[in-house]
Amino acid sequence: MYQTGNLVKDLAEKHGRKRESLMPILQDIVKKHNYLTDDVMVAVATELDISAAEVYGTASFYTFLDTEERGRNVIRVCKTITCSMKGKNDIISTIEDMLKIRVGETTPDKMFTLLETNCIGWCHKAPAILINDMPYTDLTQETVIDVIKGYMR
Amino acid sequence: MKNKGLTKVDLIFETVDVRKVIKKAFEMTSDEIIQQVLESGLKGRGGAGFPTGLKWKYTAAEKDPEKYIVCNADEGEPGTFKDREILDKVAPKVYAGMAIAGKAMGAKKGFIYLRGEYRFLLPQLYVELHKFHKMIAEIGYDFSIEYRMGSGAYICGEESALFESIEGRRGEPRNKPPYPTTSGLFSKPTSINNVETLVTAMMIIEKGPLEYVKLGTKDSRGSKVFSISGDTPLPGIFELELGMTVQQFVNEFGDGDAKAVQVGGASGFCVPRKKFADTIIGFEGVPTGGSMKLFNSSRSMYNVLHNYLDFFAEESCGQCTPCRVGCQQLLKGIEKVKKGEAKSTYLNELIKLADTMKVASKCGLGQSVGNAFKSIVENFREEVIY
Repeated sequence: MYQTGNLVKDLAEKHGRKRESLMPILQDIVKKHNYLTDDVMVAVATELDISAAEVYGTASFYTFLDTEERGRNVIRVCKTITCSMKGKNDIISTIEDMLKIRVGETTPDKMFTLLETNCIGWCHKAPAILINDMPYTDLTQETVIDVIKGYMR
Repeated sequence: MKNKGLTKVDLIFETVDVRKVIKKAFEMTSDEIIQQVLESGLKGRGGAGFPTGLKWKYTAAEKDPEKYIVCNADEGEPGTFKDREILDKVAPKVYAGMAIAGKAMGAKKGFIYLRGEYRFLLPQLYVELHKFHKMIAEIGYDFSIEYRMGSGAYICGEESALFESIEGRRGEPRNKPPYPTTSGLFSKPTSINNVETLVTAMMIIEKGPLEYVKLGTKDSRGSKVFSISGDTPLPGIFELELGMTVQQFVNEFGDGDAKAVQVGGASGFCVPRKKFADTIIGFEGVPTGGSMKLFNSSRSMYNVLHNYLDFFAEESCGQCTPCRVGCQQLLKGIEKVKKGEAKSTYLNELIKLADTMKVASKCGLGQSVGNAFKSIVENFREEVIY
């Protein structure tokens, strides 16, 4: 859970209060907090004068607009064919061992969430992962540890 | 039929004076621009291959004073990554292509819908966009571009789902007709073009259609940027003239042991080794948005198919029944056959289901699941069963 304060109001000022403002607002909230709480979705609905069901209905359609609690750093491991052929499972088991969580889980300190995702467009440099917005490619079991260590602060 | 062989081309990433090309286009009439694109024979580079000139012509013919040009940068097809490279390396050419399209159709406003997975590119893209807006203002033309981001939904690459997403809704495809050229984004006439298409159109204006038609074949004019991955010593992005056979492609990019090439991504076709020599990559053979995945003999085609079906089952928007249920049943079906819980002849039933999905699904997603399914099951039946 997180407190939003004036965030939703500020974002509505920035992106407008039309229906088309909904995605940019939700995306900016997720960029800051990594997931959408029920409270924040109700606040957005109030600000845009639409039903909360519309906000939830839209958010829940999009993989990157998470409506479940996520850690500060969301790791998405590509599981589509080339990454899968080039060692995706080794990358996942390395991360699982390192963070002591399974795919779909968040570390107790809320620092990391580990997820699988569909093709992220780095097939020529497989296996690849996204951490928040940043792609990391050509990974090995060694290099992925270094990458994740970089986020442990 | 004689084919063209494998020739590397440098059109998309070539450095050009963008300002000069825009000025050249702005001195032409709307009809002249459209005529040149029509004469070039350019077909959409996102995968579907609709003639670009026609799309512009239909949009230009609409009377509504408000029109849009939308750049589809929601590159989600498994195995495609060329649009990212184009935006990363030559974004000004994409912007110029949009301005030229805008001039041709009478659209003053453009949107680029960029997939969420490429958000890391945005800071640099905005720097380039700022420069572009300044240049357009100096030339004295009223045209601007805005970015809109995706959030991890493959289906939003479908044009009408993309409009829904920009409008702030679930990315569920609309019924067609009406087509985007009459009622697209915000229900206004819209031309929606792939990133590469816009750059190619811009280069056609630069070089002239006569120069462009020297490349490619009658059905597949020009060159194409290919995204090459899988079992290859040369994974990456290559621009090649259209019209080569899969065999010529494999000779250049294979690892010497290629048994299949998936052309066009998960929604494309699987070409087995025995058909390499007589299959042309292009609209006369196997069309592609650029995705080329090579598989060598160490790979299980069952695993490939399972991975694709898992992808579609997750990415189907769930709006229409044939696609929502069909993807899941195809996936469960091949699992059953593999485990021996269903007879191998059950695959024939699944092929019928894939055919039904092709005719009954609302959009291209459900309609094309059968492409990979049938071409893999028919060519690698033993691997799927045993």
